[in-house]
Amino acid sequence: MAEVETASEAPVLEVEDLKKHFPIQSGMLKRTIGHVYAVDGVSFSVGRGKTLGLVGESGCGKSTVGRTAMRLLEPTDGKIKVSGTDVTNLSKTELRPYRRQMQIIFQDPFSSLNPRMTAGEIVKEPLYIHNIGDDAEREEMTKALFDRVGLRQSQMQNYPHQFSGGQRQRIGIARALALNPSLIVGDEPVSALDVSIQAQVINLMMDLQEERDMAYLFIAHDLAVVEHISDEVAVMYLGRIVEKADKKTLFTNPLHPYTEALLSAAPIPDPTIRREKKILQGDVPSPINPPKGCHFHTRCPYAEERCKVEEPVLQNKGNGHIVACHLR
Amino acid sequence: MAKPVIDHAAELAKAGAGVDSRLSKAWFLAKSYPLGAIGLLLFLALVFCGVFAEWIAPMDPVKTNAATSLAAPGALHALGADMMGRDMLSRIIHGARISLAVGIGSTILGCFFGVVIGLASGYLLGWFDLITQRIIDVMQALPLLVMALVMAAALGPSLENTIIAISIPLVPHVARVIRSNTLSLREMPFVEAAKAIGMSETRIALKHVLPNTLAPLIVLATAQLGSAILTEASLSFLGLGIPEPHPSWGRMLSESAAEYVRTAPWLVIFPGIAISFAVFGANLLGDAVRDILDPRQRS
Repeated sequence: MAEVETASEAPVLEVEDLKKHFPIQSGMLKRTIGHVYAVDGVSFSVGRGKTLGLVGESGCGKSTVGRTAMRLLEPTDGKIKVSGTDVTNLSKTELRPYRRQMQIIFQDPFSSLNPRMTAGEIVKEPLYIHNIGDDAEREEMTKALFDRVGLRQSQMQNYPHQFSGGQRQRIGIARALALNPSLIVGDEPVSALDVSIQAQVINLMMDLQEERDMAYLFIAHDLAVVEHISDEVAVMYLGRIVEKADKKTLFTNPLHPYTEALLSAAPIPDPTIRREKKILQGDVPSPINPPKGCHFHTRCPYAEERCKVEEPVLQNKGNGHIVACHLR
Repeated sequence: MAKPVIDHAAELAKAGAGVDSRLSKAWFLAKSYPLGAIGLLLFLALVFCGVFAEWIAPMDPVKTNAATSLAAPGALHALGADMMGRDMLSRIIHGARISLAVGIGSTILGCFFGVVIGLASGYLLGWFDLITQRIIDVMQALPLLVMALVMAAALGPSLENTIIAISIPLVPHVARVIRSNTLSLREMPFVEAAKAIGMSETRIALKHVLPNTLAPLIVLATAQLGSAILTEASLSFLGLGIPEPHPSWGRMLSESAAEYVRTAPWLVIFPGIAISFAVFGANLLGDAVRDILDPRQRS
C-alpha cells in the first residue's frame, strides 16, 4: 500500500469546489428536464485526527456532501483528495485501497445493517473483502472490535433485529473501524437515537478518535452535538457552505445571518437566560431552482438589493473564519 | 411465605433455548409452526409416493383389464378402477411422480430465470431494464394458461416440454417481484455501506440484495407449485400435457369428469383429493418456510 502513504501533512480529506447535480428525468426516453443542485461548489478539508462538523437544515445537501466525498455518489464536478491523492476519477478497482482509508456511519441504525447477516458477519465482511488475515485472525479481530465498541462477543451470533438502536449503531461503528480508516464520515450518526444513547455513542466516537487519530466529517443538524464533538464547524445552506470557523468562534461570534438564526433557534438549557430570537420565516427554497444572488436572501432579515443579484463569495475574516455575505 | 423456586433450566427449555441437536431443533420448529408441519408431512407423502411408486403401488398403473372396467372401490381395487380397468390407487401413486416433477421442475426453472432477469434488471437499470421490462409487460398481458398452451403446442407433448411450457409464464412474475425488491434494496444504507467497503457490484447483488428478496420468492414459488400442478392438468386434458398412458392426476380428473361423475364418482373424487392435498401441503409449507427464513419473525 506504498502508493497510498503520502506526506502526513496532507489533510486526510480535501474537497475542492465539489458539485453534485441530480438530473430530473421525465418520460419514456428519460429526457433531462432540469437539475437538483444538491451540492453546488463546496470546499473544505479535514486534517488528521480532527473533526469537521457540517450543519444545516434538512435538504441543504449535507448528506450528499458526505456521500459524494466517499464517492458513493459520483461528483458532477470538483476534486476529492484523500491524503493528498486525487481520487475523483479513479475507477472502482483503483479506488479500493482508498476505501480502506474512509468509512461511513449511517443515520438509520435499522436499515444500515443487512437483516440477513449476523452482527459478527457484518463486522467481519470488510476484512474479508480486503483480504486481511486468515479466517482465525479475522475472527479474533472481530472479537476485539466487539469488545472495543462495547458489545459482548457472544452477541456476534445475533441478527441485527435482536439489538437496540444504540447497539446497532455500535455494530455500524465496528464495521467502519474494521479497516482502520483515517477518516469516518458520520452521516447524522446519532440523530435517530435517544438522547441518553446519543451521549454514549458520541463519547465512544470521541474516545476512538483519540485512540486511533481518526478524522471525522460529522454531519448533523443538532448544534449541541456538533459543538461537543467538532473542532471546526461548517454551515451549509442550499448546497453551499455559507460560513466556516473553528467551533468557539462560530458559536460565540457567528457572522452569517443564517448561522445567527440557527444558533438562536437552539435552546439554551438555562431558563434565566433570555435571548433575542431570530426566527426564520418560510422554507428552504427549492434546490431545483435556487434563488439568484445570495441563496439566503429570500429569508434573510437584512437582505438588500445587492443580495438579490450578486452572489457573495467566501471571504476570510481572519483565523480561518470564512463567511459568504455581502454585509459582514 | 416460601421463596418461589424458579427452575431456570426448565424455563429456558420452555422458551425454546438450548435447542442443540438437529432433531430437537426440528421438533421446536414443528411445535412453533404446526400448520407448516402438516404441510411438510403432506409434501413428504407426495415425495414418498413419487419416489417409491414402483414399490408401494399394488398394481401396474398402465395395465388395462376389460373385466374390471369402472369397478367400484372394493377388495381388489381399493379406490376403484377407471374405464380401462386400471387400478386407481396405483395410478394416483404413480401420478404423484408426474405432479412432483412438473411442479418442482417448472418452479425451479421459472424461478431461476426470473431471479436472474429480475436481479439484473433492478440492479443494472438502464437500457437492459427498459427492454426486459417491456418484454415482460407483453408476456404478462397473456394469461398463464394461454401462454402455457402456446408453448406446449409449439414444443409438442412430453414431460420435459410440459415443464418448460409451465415454467415460462412464471418467469415474468418472479422477475417483477425480484426487480421491485431489488429497486428498493439497492438504495438501502447497508448496500451503500457495502459499496463504501469496496465490495464488487456482483457480490453486493448476490450477497446483500438477493438474500433479502428470498421471502417473497419462496411464497411465490410455493404458490406456483400448486398452480403448476393444476396447469399441467389443464394441458393434459387438452392433449398438450403428459401423453398417455402415463398417469397424470390432472388428466385422470378431467377426462372422467364429464362422462363418469355420476356413474363412477371415485374417478373424479380421488384424483381431486390428491391434487387438493398436494396444493394445500405446498402452500402451508411455503408459508412456514417464509416465516422461518425471515430472521425478523423469529423471536
